[in-house]
Amino acid sequence: MLDKLKIPDHHYLHDGHSLRSWLLTKDHKRIAIMYLMSISVMFFIGGLFAVGIRFELATPQGDFVTADTYNKFFTMHGVIMVFFFLIPSIPAVLGNFLIPPMIGAKDLAFPRINLLSLYIYWIGGIFTLYAMISGGVDTGWTFYTPYSATGSNTNVVPTAIGIFIAGFSSILTGLNFIVTIHRMRAPGMTWFRLPLFVWAHYATSLVQVLGTPVIAITIVMLAVERGLGFGIFDPARGGDPVLFQHLFWFYSHPAVYIMILPALGVMSELISTFSRKTVFGYSFVAFSSLAIAVFGFIVWAHHMFVAGISTYAAMVFSFLSFSVAIPSAVKMFNWTATLYKGAISFETPMLYAYGFMGLFAIGGLTGLFLATLGLDVHMHDTYFVVAHFHYIMVGGAIMSYMGGLHFWWPKMTGRMYSEFFSRVSAIMVFVGFNITFFPQFVVGYLGMPRRYHSYPDEMQVLNVMSSAGATVLGLGYVLPVIYFLWSLKYGQVAGPNPWGASGLEWQTQSPPLTENFLKVPIVDREPYDYEHLVAKEKHLV
Amino acid sequence: MSGHVSPISLYITIFMALMVLTGLTVFAAFIDLGQFNFLVAMIIAAFKAALVIWYFMHVKYASKLTKLTVATGLFFLAILLGLFLVDYGSKAFTQLPPFLS
Amino acid sequence: MSNAVVHADGHGHAHATHHSALQHHFDTMAQQKEAAVVGMWVFLVTEILFFGGLFAAYMVYRIWYFDAFAEASRSLSLFWGGLNTAVLIGSSLTMAMAVRSAQTNKRTATVNWLVLTMILGAVFLGVKVIEYADKFEHHHVPGYNFQWASHEAPAAGAPSTLLGAGEHAPATEGAAAAEGHRELSLNADQLQLTTQIYFSLYFTMTGLHALHMIVGIGIMLVITWMAWKGKFDDQYYTPVEMAGLYWHFVDIVWIFLFPLLYLVERHV
Repeated sequence: MLDKLKIPDHHYLHDGHSLRSWLLTKDHKRIAIMYLMSISVMFFIGGLFAVGIRFELATPQGDFVTADTYNKFFTMHGVIMVFFFLIPSIPAVLGNFLIPPMIGAKDLAFPRINLLSLYIYWIGGIFTLYAMISGGVDTGWTFYTPYSATGSNTNVVPTAIGIFIAGFSSILTGLNFIVTIHRMRAPGMTWFRLPLFVWAHYATSLVQVLGTPVIAITIVMLAVERGLGFGIFDPARGGDPVLFQHLFWFYSHPAVYIMILPALGVMSELISTFSRKTVFGYSFVAFSSLAIAVFGFIVWAHHMFVAGISTYAAMVFSFLSFSVAIPSAVKMFNWTATLYKGAISFETPMLYAYGFMGLFAIGGLTGLFLATLGLDVHMHDTYFVVAHFHYIMVGGAIMSYMGGLHFWWPKMTGRMYSEFFSRVSAIMVFVGFNITFFPQFVVGYLGMPRRYHSYPDEMQVLNVMSSAGATVLGLGYVLPVIYFLWSLKYGQVAGPNPWGASGLEWQTQSPPLTENFLKVPIVDREPYDYEHLVAKEKHLV
Repeated sequence: MSGHVSPISLYITIFMALMVLTGLTVFAAFIDLGQFNFLVAMIIAAFKAALVIWYFMHVKYASKLTKLTVATGLFFLAILLGLFLVDYGSKAFTQLPPFLS
Repeated sequence: MSNAVVHADGHGHAHATHHSALQHHFDTMAQQKEAAVVGMWVFLVTEILFFGGLFAAYMVYRIWYFDAFAEASRSLSLFWGGLNTAVLIGSSLTMAMAVRSAQTNKRTATVNWLVLTMILGAVFLGVKVIEYADKFEHHHVPGYNFQWASHEAPAAGAPSTLLGAGEHAPATEGAAAAEGHRELSLNADQLQLTTQIYFSLYFTMTGLHALHMIVGIGIMLVITWMAWKGKFDDQYYTPVEMAGLYWHFVDIVWIFLFPLLYLVERHV
């Protein structure tokens, strides 16, 4: 049966071969592919800085680079990974590619704005890379004032402008998704028939649209203070540096949910597909995405417990921070319940999904430690925090992104990658990740502060473990590049639905047509009706 | 299909109302109302903004989704300003009176 | 629920006549227009929060440094501010009339109202130039040449330690909040610093507002040209309407900026 499958003659990749047909395309799938290439480049640039950081921390002395260079390393690592990889990763690549076919639409509501967002992303990226090459920036990705306003003599403003510009790309993507999900659904595709991936992206888009403008205005205020000598945040000019932190975290805490919410959406797809079951408690999982998006906006000051906010405000924000755990836990429990008595299989995407569940649980629960006011005073700005957010962002968001990429790769390219090597890579990523970041919980709890390039001798064992793990992790990320590229030419033809998944995007050919479907589909089934699919398979056998 | 066409007289009325309210807000600023000066100014401004949104921007005739979008924006603006006040307000509130400190 | 309706009439499209402005991925003009309106409003929501960040900063400093804000605010010209408010409200009326003309197939009227709106926008910006020039003359532009001269000339040297150091020492938490308290009168040094914060916010707020107006006029130039070419009719006038929404939003921002900046405390 497999050798009968062949790549269809007409699909979006064959709709013009010139560079122009790519650069001026309005097809959401081609834009997603270009995003995939761009963010992959950014991921490896950001990764290089991480290599530098781990190399320096292999020994207690600051011997590989100077403290100033080290400051630039972790700043550029943070800036590139947060603003140019994690935030666009799942929405701009997987969301862009999949939302229209998932809801039965021909394209996003505003195809030209979609292309514009890619160009804006490129311009922002070029600004930031320019700032990096011409001297870098050393404020930390948080740009805290007054250091960033008056203290640092590095390229603060070009980097900030790069982030400002890239923010518009994020806003436009979110805007496009919101309107698309509201207005472009196929007949019969009611809200409660939407895949949970789409719900998660809807929630993400809300955060993008509501949060990003605040970081934009914060950057404007920082730029006028630094560039024109206005007094806004600088205490020497009567300003309040804590105000900057408030404004910064009003966006940057919800930004964490821009990274993790789509990852949660991918998880729902993976877990139901590979356990051949309906997602347990569909509406709870759907609404928990919205709840996370809204709660995400009322917890930001837990980043500032020791920054000089009032004790009462700290208590309020500590309490509110715990509320985010509720919808997150709802999802975790519902996925576990989905797995229960499912026909579970262990293909690569599912390996990533398992990795995600373990790591996200650890990352989420250590978040509760940090939300606890008294404990945070001890843990603040230690490696415990670093480990915590890497468990969420790398262990959560990137694991899920990799899982999603492996899951939809056959849909995007029409071909399968090597199952053996992809499993090896998934295991390497999981093992390498834990060796890298688990010691950081310990070393942080022992009191090692973040952002220093030297540390006491007795902490070397844990730091060497961390650096060694990072090597494994890095190799685990390079391997997919090789077998994905290999699969483009030599991979087995996948056919429309290699996983036997139920979503609408699997009903069309792989790779899809430019207009996704031959005719507008009419949806008459509930989502994740694997009971129906399994029954049909059995009947056929 | 072509959307609701409002009569010219409505637009003129709204314009006049906005001008009168502008005059009123200037007038109110010259009366000493203590803390309420600010409140009065903001209520008038909010009322003017509501008139513009409702009639000039046609939200009155727009879909429920559009109305919901406007409300969402204002709701999150309220979160932004409100939670800022939780910190900055309680800083003032927790401060000891001068004779105790 | 309205989606079902949109799609229901959308799927008879095989025998419906297509408007030339209908894009391929939409089924009907109604669906396309509704998508544009919602998309524009989502964009305006981002604008609300963009200016919201500035309003938050304004709120904090106004609470802290009320006296300085009141005094600096009195240095602004109520005449120019009031005039600009009237001009901008007038331009909102002309913009609404432009949209109405487009809705009712009146091509020349659409163009005329749009041109009138742009003229009023330009008048606003002209007045803003007069006001800014006045600030330059009086050294009210924040930065190294800033000088608050209404009181005695500020003492040279280091800025006030009270403002610089007070707010971060845990023991005096909340002290900063009291600095702007009415009973504390600010000395010349403090006034120099805190009025500068007012003017920093003044220039950032009005500057960004003016920038939005310049962008708005740019958009309107394009729209006017399109209207002149007869691209719009009662079935398709979405660009005019979108430009209108944007322009009205800019007007609303000014409706708030006017009392916040010009009318802090006028009755003294």
